Amino acid sequence: MAVQSDVIDDAGPYDRAKALSAFKLGDVTFYWITRLSAISVLLILGGIILSLIVGAFPAMKEYGFAFLWTQRWAPSADPPVLGALGPMYGTLVTSFIAMLIAIPVGLGIAIFLTELCPQWLRRPIGMAIELLAGIPSIIYGMWGFFVLGPFLANTFQPFMIKIFDGVPVLGAIFAGPPSYLSLFNAALILAIMVLPFITSISVDVFKTVPPVLKEAAYGVGCTTWEVVRSVVIPYTRVGIIGGVMLALGRALGETMAVSFIIGNSFRISSSIFAPGTTISAAIASEFAESDGLHQSGLILLGLLLFVLTFFVLAGARLMLMRLEKKAGN
Amino acid sequence: MNPIYSRRRRKDILIRGLCFGAAAFGVTWLALILITLFYNGLAGLNLDLFVADTPPPGSTEGGLRNAIVGSLIMTVIGVGIGAPLGLFAGTYLAEYGRNDKLTSVIRFINDILLSAPSIIIGLFIYGAVVVPMRGFSAIAGSLALAVIVIPVVLRTTEDMLLLVPNALREAASALGLPRSLVIKRIAYRAARSGLITGVLLATARVAGETAPLLFTALSNQFFSLGLNKTMANLPVTINNFVQSPYAYWKQLAWSGALLITLTVLALNIGARILSAERTAK
Repeated sequence: MAVQSDVIDDAGPYDRAKALSAFKLGDVTFYWITRLSAISVLLILGGIILSLIVGAFPAMKEYGFAFLWTQRWAPSADPPVLGALGPMYGTLVTSFIAMLIAIPVGLGIAIFLTELCPQWLRRPIGMAIELLAGIPSIIYGMWGFFVLGPFLANTFQPFMIKIFDGVPVLGAIFAGPPSYLSLFNAALILAIMVLPFITSISVDVFKTVPPVLKEAAYGVGCTTWEVVRSVVIPYTRVGIIGGVMLALGRALGETMAVSFIIGNSFRISSSIFAPGTTISAAIASEFAESDGLHQSGLILLGLLLFVLTFFVLAGARLMLMRLEKKAGN
Repeated sequence: MNPIYSRRRRKDILIRGLCFGAAAFGVTWLALILITLFYNGLAGLNLDLFVADTPPPGSTEGGLRNAIVGSLIMTVIGVGIGAPLGLFAGTYLAEYGRNDKLTSVIRFINDILLSAPSIIIGLFIYGAVVVPMRGFSAIAGSLALAVIVIPVVLRTTEDMLLLVPNALREAASALGLPRSLVIKRIAYRAARSGLITGVLLATARVAGETAPLLFTALSNQFFSLGLNKTMANLPVTINNFVQSPYAYWKQLAWSGALLITLTVLALNIGARILSAERTAK
C-alpha cells in the first residue's frame, strides 16, 4: 500500500515523534530540491545572457554600433574588420521567405485536418506532419545539400530567372546564375522545417472554436471556406499569430539545416538565388577555428540573434497566453 | 443556377483543393526525405558500421563505432543530468507553486528556452565550461545537451502533473501522507506514462542535435571514453563528412544520418504510443 512508507518502517512502530520529524525533514528537503531546480531555469537564462555579454565585450568595445551596419567581414585582416550586416540580412531574408511559404501551407494543412479530412485519414497525416518536426536539422541540411540544392538549381531557379528576366525589381530579386548554394534554397528548407509548428498550433487553436459557432454559420448556408474565413480564423487570430511567431523564432535561429546550403558568403546580393549567410550559419562554420577579436565578434553575432529570437518568442508566448485566458484555462 | 451561388461554390472547391494540396505537399517532403535517406543509407548499413572506427581520409574501410559510442555516452549523460532537473522543476511548478508569481515567470522563461536557438546554448557552454576548462570536452557537450533537455522535460512534467485529479491528492493528504510523499507516491504514479513520454521526447530532441556540439565536444577520429577530452559523435561526424571530397566518407554520412533518423523517429513514435495509451484509458 502506498501509505506504508519506508520512513515509518525505519523509525520503528512506536516512535511517532521520530517518524513525524523524518516526514518533516523529507518534506522540506524535497520542497527545496524542486524549488532550486525550478530556479535553475532562471539561472540558465542569466548564464546565457551573462556569458554572451562577457564574450562579446571586446568586439563591442572595438566596433561599437558600426558593427550593425558594416558589411565587410574580414577576420584575417590586421586588425580584423567585422560587420554584422551580411549575416543579419541573410537571417531576416531567409526567415521572411520561409514564413511566406510556410504560413499559407501550414494553415492550409490545419484547415484540411480540422475541417475537410475524413476521420480515418486525420491521424496518419497529422502524425506525418509532426514527424517532420522530429527529424534532426542536420538531416534537413544534408538532404538540402545533396538532393534539393541540385534539383532547384537545375529546374526551379532557371525557370524563375527566365520568367522575370528584364522585369524591374523582380528581375533583380530572381537574378541568375542558378546556384546549389543560395538564400532561397535555405529558405525553402526552413519553410519545411517550421511547417509542423504552424500546423500543430493552428490545429490546436482551431479546436477551441465552439462548434455551435461553426454550426450556426453552416446553418445559414455558408460554404466551408466561408466558415473558415469568417468564423474560425477571426476567432483564433491571436493563437495563429502566436504560432506563426513561434515558428519565426525557430526559423531565425536554425543552424544546421541552413549552414550546408547557404554558401557562407558575407556579401549582400539583391538576388535570392545568390549565396549568403545567416548569423547561426556564420557561427557554426567559423567559431571552432576562431580566436581573439574574431571569436568575440562571432559571440556578438550570437548575442544579437539571442536578443532577436528572445523578443519574437516572448511575443509569441504573450499572444498564446492571451488566447488561453480567453479559453478560460 | 444562381450565379452568386455557383461563384461561392467554385471558390469553396478551389480553396478545398488548395488545402488538400498543402497537406499533400507536407506529406510529400517527409516521404522524399525518408526515401532518399533509405536509398543512400541502406547501402552502407552493415556490421562494419558498428564495429570499425571512422576511417582516415581516402580510406574505403571503416565504420562509425567511435561516433555511435560517443553519441550514446553524451546523450545518456545529458539526459541523466537534464531529465531529473527538469522533472523536479516541473514538479515545483505544478505542485508547490501553482499560484506563485515565481511560477509564471519560470514558465514564461522556460517556454522561451524551449525554442531558443541551440547554437546559442553551444556558445553559452563554450563560455561557461570550455573556456574555464581550457579545452573542448565530452562533458561540455553533455552539459550543452542537458541544457536543451531541461525545458522539454519541465514542460511535459508540469502539463502531466496538472492533469492528475486533485481528488487523488486530497485523498492521500486525508490519510495523513506528507506533501512530498503525496507527490512521489501518488502524483508521479498517476502521471507516469506522461513523464516517461517527456523524457523520450527530450532524448529524441538531443539525439540529433549538432549545433551545440560543434564547439563544445568538437569531435575526433578515434575511439575515446575520456570525458575531459574531445569525443567523436555522430552529428558532428556527419557534418564533417558531408562536406568532404571523399565518396566513402559521404557514404558513411548517409548511413549515420539514417541511423540517427531511425532512432529519433522510433523515440517519437514510442512517445506517441505511450501518450495515446494514456488518453485511451
